[in-house]
Amino acid sequence: MSRTLADGATAGTAGTAGTAEAVGPVGAVEAAAGLARPVEPGIDPGPANAGRGVGPRRFLLFLLRRPGLLASVLVLVLVVLAAFWPGLFTSQDPLHGVPAENFRSPGGGHWFGTDELGRDVFSRVVHGAQLSLKATLIAVGFAFVVGGLIGLVAGFVGRWVEDVLMRFVDVLLSIPSLFLSLALVTALGYGTVKVAVAVGIASVAGFARVTRAEVLRVRQAVFVEASRSCGARWYSVLGRHVLPNAAGPVIVLATLEFGAAILAVSSLSFLGYGAPPPAPEWGTLISDGRNYLANAWWLTALPGLAIAATGLATNRIARALDGEWSRQR
Amino acid sequence: MRLYVVKRLAQALGVLWAAYTVSFLVLDYLPGDPVSAMAGAGADTGQVDPAQLAALRHEYGFDKPILAQYADYLGRAVRGDFGDSVSTGRPVTATLADALPQTLQLTGAALLLAVFLGGGLAVLATYTTRRWLRQLLLSLPPLGVSVPTFWVGLVLVELFSFRTRLFPAFGNDGLRGLVLPAVTLAVPTGALVAQVLAKSLFTALDQAYVETARAKGAGRLRIRLRHALRNASLPALTVVGLLAGQLIAGSVVVETVFSRDGLGRVTAAAVTVQDIPLVQGVVVFGALIFVAANLIVDLVYPLLDPRIVVAASRKVRPA
Amino acid sequence: MTRPTTNEPETDVPVTEESVTHESATDQTVTRGQGVTGQGVTGRPTTDTATTKGAAPAETTTDRTATGNATTAEAATDEVATDKSTTDKATTGESAIDAAATDRRPTAGAALTDAASADEPALLEVRGLSVSYRTRGGTVRAVRSVDLDVWPGQVTAVVGESGSGKSTTAHAITRLLAANGGIDAGIVRFGRHDLTTLSERELRTVRGARIGLVPQDPTVSLNPVKRIGEQVAEVLRIHGLATRRSAPSAAVAILDQAGLPDAATRARQYPHELSGGMRQRALIAVAIAAKPQLIIADEPTSALDVTVQRVILDHLQHLTEESGTAVLLVTHDLGVAADRAQRIVVMSEGRVVEAGPTRDVLENPQHAYTRRLLASAPSLTTARPRATAAATAPAPDEVPLVEARNLVKEFRLPAAAGAARTLRAVDDVSLTLHRGRTLALVGESGSGKSTTARLVLRLVDPTSGSVLFDGADVTTARGAGARQLRRRAQLVYQNPYASLDPRFSIGEVITEPLRAFRVGDRASRLARARELLDRVALPGSVLDRRPAELSGGQRQRVAIARALALSPDLVVCDEPVSALDVSVQAQVLDLLAELQADTGVAYLFISHDLAVVRQIAHRVAVMRSGRVVETGTAEELFTRPRHDYTRELLAAIPGGRHASAGDRPHQPKEHL
Repeated sequence: MSRTLADGATAGTAGTAGTAEAVGPVGAVEAAAGLARPVEPGIDPGPANAGRGVGPRRFLLFLLRRPGLLASVLVLVLVVLAAFWPGLFTSQDPLHGVPAENFRSPGGGHWFGTDELGRDVFSRVVHGAQLSLKATLIAVGFAFVVGGLIGLVAGFVGRWVEDVLMRFVDVLLSIPSLFLSLALVTALGYGTVKVAVAVGIASVAGFARVTRAEVLRVRQAVFVEASRSCGARWYSVLGRHVLPNAAGPVIVLATLEFGAAILAVSSLSFLGYGAPPPAPEWGTLISDGRNYLANAWWLTALPGLAIAATGLATNRIARALDGEWSRQR
Repeated sequence: MRLYVVKRLAQALGVLWAAYTVSFLVLDYLPGDPVSAMAGAGADTGQVDPAQLAALRHEYGFDKPILAQYADYLGRAVRGDFGDSVSTGRPVTATLADALPQTLQLTGAALLLAVFLGGGLAVLATYTTRRWLRQLLLSLPPLGVSVPTFWVGLVLVELFSFRTRLFPAFGNDGLRGLVLPAVTLAVPTGALVAQVLAKSLFTALDQAYVETARAKGAGRLRIRLRHALRNASLPALTVVGLLAGQLIAGSVVVETVFSRDGLGRVTAAAVTVQDIPLVQGVVVFGALIFVAANLIVDLVYPLLDPRIVVAASRKVRPA
Repeated sequence: MTRPTTNEPETDVPVTEESVTHESATDQTVTRGQGVTGQGVTGRPTTDTATTKGAAPAETTTDRTATGNATTAEAATDEVATDKSTTDKATTGESAIDAAATDRRPTAGAALTDAASADEPALLEVRGLSVSYRTRGGTVRAVRSVDLDVWPGQVTAVVGESGSGKSTTAHAITRLLAANGGIDAGIVRFGRHDLTTLSERELRTVRGARIGLVPQDPTVSLNPVKRIGEQVAEVLRIHGLATRRSAPSAAVAILDQAGLPDAATRARQYPHELSGGMRQRALIAVAIAAKPQLIIADEPTSALDVTVQRVILDHLQHLTEESGTAVLLVTHDLGVAADRAQRIVVMSEGRVVEAGPTRDVLENPQHAYTRRLLASAPSLTTARPRATAAATAPAPDEVPLVEARNLVKEFRLPAAAGAARTLRAVDDVSLTLHRGRTLALVGESGSGKSTTARLVLRLVDPTSGSVLFDGADVTTARGAGARQLRRRAQLVYQNPYASLDPRFSIGEVITEPLRAFRVGDRASRLARARELLDRVALPGSVLDRRPAELSGGQRQRVAIARALALSPDLVVCDEPVSALDVSVQAQVLDLLAELQADTGVAYLFISHDLAVVRQIAHRVAVMRSGRVVETGTAEELFTRPRHDYTRELLAAIPGGRHASAGDRPHQPKEHL
């Protein structure tokens, strides 16, 4: 959750390009290119081809060379499958258990063990993906649309409009996002969708800032002035130059934000503001398991792993996208 | 310089006022009828007397037009009066003040841990020439920001309290009781500090002035500590400023996990019973911490980077 | 290729301070200097080491003792330096030519024997150096088997275009390569040691102490958060040449020596408080602080204005001559090399294509690439006008295409405490440009030339004054009028890398103006794009490519094609060739001239480079601090400049000195 803010901040100060790992090698490559640009124009396959359509073969190769990224994509695919077709993974009932089989530790019959009512934890995690993913998508979608629009208008229109919008964003940013979400939950009430909207509103500021920064960057690019000076009208400049070139970092942020929103949503449901009890939301699962921490570690540890794996996967994908984008430019 | 400080202070007050306004809109205006919300949550009986409701409305001023309400509330808030807690009847300000010391202890310890561990990790990652070590170090921060805080706390409790009994699992007692919560809270913050600092260190190390330093014959450590670190610390400092508010907010989760008394527990309880004045007080307090932290950061910037004073106050020294 | 194993074991390498300052392959020379002057380091072993080949040893005794004349006023010092260097060249030029004739082949063997036969060993000997960078696209071999020698007290210039590997070669000497770069083969003998075999730790005792580096861009090469004095003192501290106490004052003395006026004050300032020229002096101070035997200067002045460039180079030359320091000067500018170096090494595509004494290389180039480079170097070709200069002068009553009257543009600086300040970027500028002609606006950075061009194009609104386009006042034109102007006046930008949208295909780039004005349908627009590509000599196949796939010169051609798409009357060229290599520059200038002859388009040509302007412009306006100081035909202005500033600019063109020194009867001059 806190990641939202920090990303907005670094975008403001240092730009969104490259995460730590990406900067090392890429920066070095650029430095090398600065010292000695490879002999024109043939031997420059990296950046030259990146801009063109990436064939599925290339994409597969790209993935295979990065096992971490491949695993991340797989995790995310599994989570999405679990959200839409939980039956693919488990046939056990997530809501009703066999009381006699309670507190079984993880093993062949129950991969993630069973809880105090004898419900299969794995099945609950799989079915929980649906609620958690739904909430996350709503949150990110809301923040993306609203924040993106604010940033776009602020960056493109400029003048007093920009001042007003960005001051508003500053205020949103000044309230710690969890507090803002909690205030919204207090006002709106409990439930998955309400929690999702609360998280979404709290992440609007980050999107607004990054979008504005990108729009400003592109708007000041020489090729935009060139387009304007050869007679293009504002809407065509916006649609053909500014939007496509500004979209990259915003999409990267959306991916990062997806991971952050999973954490934020699960935090709120951990605190007890999510879906009401029998529903297996990820945060709620952990919060329930907390009471049996001393004797049934799997009730908290394994659902937590699911959240961590999803978060880590989106984080890794975001970094890959980031590297991709920055190399394309 | 003084003008700069005054200007920043005025800005800070402006943000604080706006944050109050937002919290007012969200909490007092959005629910439509906060009194019935309060009554609904506060009194579990479900049986609420309409006359009682009307009296409550009058007491909280909800029968007045919204602008009048706002002016009324703002006037009191400026004097530090956020009303009384609905659930306990105590003044909000007093409730917060009582809970604050425990939370400040926790967040302060977490901040120190985060800055030192995160910063150390970043410097080490850029210093080492061993590829595997660098990769390992750099893979930690993404992990740190991806795991849920409450889960980290529970796993720590499981490992260090239930299994090895090194630290107490719950409660507020002393330094030993502080260790696990502070570490838990420091994980996401430290990971972010490490991520940002490592990134800007790598950027700084690519700059031309680093090459100048190398050409002088400076060693790796000297280049990192004397040349790159100060240049790279600005983005990290910005993040720390932004995270101060997040740390306070993070105490809600951590204090719940470790059953510690403090601002976070108070907040969680207030949200659960829809204690609107208390939640509003917490929100404004969070903004206050954020604004104060950023004010401090802004004042520290010029000490780190001489170019910033010039940019801020436009007082170009005779060149 | 395996490394020769003749190097000493690493333990033998000097690590202590004393050995660093004294021990070297040039012990011989140092002692000699001491014998004469008793001053050790200031002794100047050989004044002009072009004499290494068989010059009389007696000449080495004509030492000029280094006195404090570096501290005298800047201008005076520079005068002296200039005089010295020219006389030096004049007196020794001949013998150098005779003697060095053998040293022409770039092969290792030849150079090696040559060096061995000299009465003095080379200070730096690079043999078979190969450097490559590992990139995502595979390994890029940036430098291939390069041989290079630098003799004590001599300036050796490495000349080449971008991507030629010249900078990489220079950095590889002290192994200051980017993290992904590595030396694949070769030896770098400096003194008694092969620098390629030293450990990082041992290398650090060489860097800064025995080999100094003057980096490329002074604006980014100083640590922005440290004071100038600290940064100079750091060299002394690292190499134990000063104590914590003595370092600050020593740094001030060195800054003073590097020609930084009021050094004591500057030492306490931060880099951003100094101008580019002053920062470069500070960097020179860093490089000379430990009195190294070799200074590697990597394009030391290409980021600076020409007038500043000259002063800095003069001073660097003066300093190194005084101390007998050898210089390896990396430059893309043949003119600079011609002026400053005794020897020139020409590099292309990672290889040395030609090496030898300056005069030989310039006057009798052996390699085709050198000849091409010479032919296209604008500063060395005194006059090869491309503009259709003989074209009919405009009839007196013809309505000028563009007429700017008393243009003023003020920018509001961010308000200081209280008073709002304004910057007058353009101050009462009037210009006239006729159809089919080229008017050049010349000036250094900040002179207001680009702003003037943007005012003419109405991309910026003037504070006062008016712009007439084809007789009609367009100063306040809005809507249709403004769009009409957009259609008839186009702009070509300086940086072809930034002016094309990276996501557009070349076809989309070129047809964009057509689409904006709804000219023709899709098919006819594409046909027009093909025609335009043909015009700018690009194959039609690039239509579907992205800008990133083209080279800089090709992109600039695309930008020109876009500018011509609507058949405009006026094209404003804002430094159209300054981001390009010289040989590409020449092609683009040719293209512009040809297009003008064909289409009758008028150019408003903005440039800081008088040499370029001379080739293309009919009329020239010289700007300084927002004002036009002199206007005239190109011919007049270059032969009979009236204003002092114009004369200063002309004098600062590199290569001029060599050309005048080369005015000797017996020397062939075709390439000058």
